[in-house]
Amino acid sequence: MINFIWLGMIICSLLVAVFTGKIETVTETVFASAEQAVTIAFSLISVLTFWLGMMKLIEKSGLINWVMKLLRPLVAILFPRLPKNHPATQAILMNLSANLLGMGSAATPFGLKAMKELQTLNPDPQTASDEMCTFLAVNTSSMTLIPTTVIALRAACGSANPTEIVGTTIIATFVACSVGVISERLLRKVSGHRQGRK
Amino acid sequence: MLQSIVQTMAAWTIPVFIFIILLYAAAKKIDVFTTFIEGAQEGFQTSITLIPYLVAMLIAIGLLRASGAIDLFIDLLTPVLAKLNVPGEILPLAIMRPLSGSGALGITAEILEHFGPDSFLGRVASTMQGSTDTTLYILTVYFGSVGIRRTRHALAVGLIADFAAFVASLVVCTLVFG
Repeated sequence: MINFIWLGMIICSLLVAVFTGKIETVTETVFASAEQAVTIAFSLISVLTFWLGMMKLIEKSGLINWVMKLLRPLVAILFPRLPKNHPATQAILMNLSANLLGMGSAATPFGLKAMKELQTLNPDPQTASDEMCTFLAVNTSSMTLIPTTVIALRAACGSANPTEIVGTTIIATFVACSVGVISERLLRKVSGHRQGRK
Repeated sequence: MLQSIVQTMAAWTIPVFIFIILLYAAAKKIDVFTTFIEGAQEGFQTSITLIPYLVAMLIAIGLLRASGAIDLFIDLLTPVLAKLNVPGEILPLAIMRPLSGSGALGITAEILEHFGPDSFLGRVASTMQGSTDTTLYILTVYFGSVGIRRTRHALAVGLIADFAAFVASLVVCTLVFG
C-alpha cells in the first residue's frame, strides 16, 4: 500500500505543479526535503543514544518491573498475545509511560526499541505484524496527559489560560486512540487475507 | 494555578526521571556507566538506518506542499465542510497534522497568532495539535528502523485515528467552550 501512496503523492504533486506553474520549485524542493530528512536523522542520533543508554539501566536495575506493575492491565488489553516478560513488552511499556508523561524525546527511542523486539517475534520480517500495527495505532494518536508543546505555544501567544485545553486534549486523544485500536482490530482480518494471496 | 503546576511538571519530569533511574540502578549495584554505554551503542546505527525512509517520505510531502496540491485539496473541501458547520480555517491544520510535524506546528502557531489563543478556533487548533501525532513520520521511522516494507493496514488505521481526533476536537471544544 505504501508503494501506491508514495507514487501517488509524487505523481499528483508533479501534475499539480505543471498545472499551477510551479514546476520550477520541484527540483529545489526535492533536495531541500532530502536535506531536511538527513538533518532529522542526525538530530535523532543524540536523543536515541542517550535514551537507549537510560533504557538499558531501567532494564538491568529492575526498575522496569515497577512500571510493568502499573501499566500491565493496559498492555494485556492491547497486546494479549505478547509474552509477559518479553523485552518487547518492556519497551512498549516504557514508550507508553514516556508518551503519557509528555516526554516526546524519550518516547521515540523506546518506541524504536519496541519495534526491534517485536521484529524478533515477527514470522515475516518484511511485513508488519498485528502487534506492530496495534503499537503504531497507539503511537500515532499520541496518548498524552500533558501536551507540553501546545501549552508552551499558547503561553508564547499571550493566552490568558494556556492549560485550559489540557482537558479537551485528553478527551480527544483518548477518542482517537480508541478509534485507532478498534479499527486496527477490525482491519486486521481484511489485510491478513490480502497478505495471504500475495 | 493549574498552568504553573503543568509547567513545573514539564520542567521536572525528565530530570526527576534521570535521577530515579541512576539512583535506583546504583542502589542495585549496577555498573551505571558501563551499562549506559552498552545501551547507548545502538543509537547511532538505528538513526542511520532511518535516512532512506525519511528522505523518501519528506520529498513526497515537500512536493505536495510546494506544488500547491494541498492548497488545491483544501479549496475543494472547504465548501463541503462549510455545509457541516466546520470552520474552514481549521482545515489546513487537519490536513497537515498527519503529514508534517513542523508544518502542523507552524499552522497552529499561525492560527493562535491570527485569531488569538483564547478564541474558539485557537482552542480547537490547540486541542487538535496536541491530541494526535504526525502519523506519516511515525510510520516511516518506526517501520523504517526494522526494515518493514509491507505496512498492511497501519496507515489506514493511523489516518482513521487522525480523523477521529479531528472530529473529537471540534465536538469536545464546542461542548466545553462553545
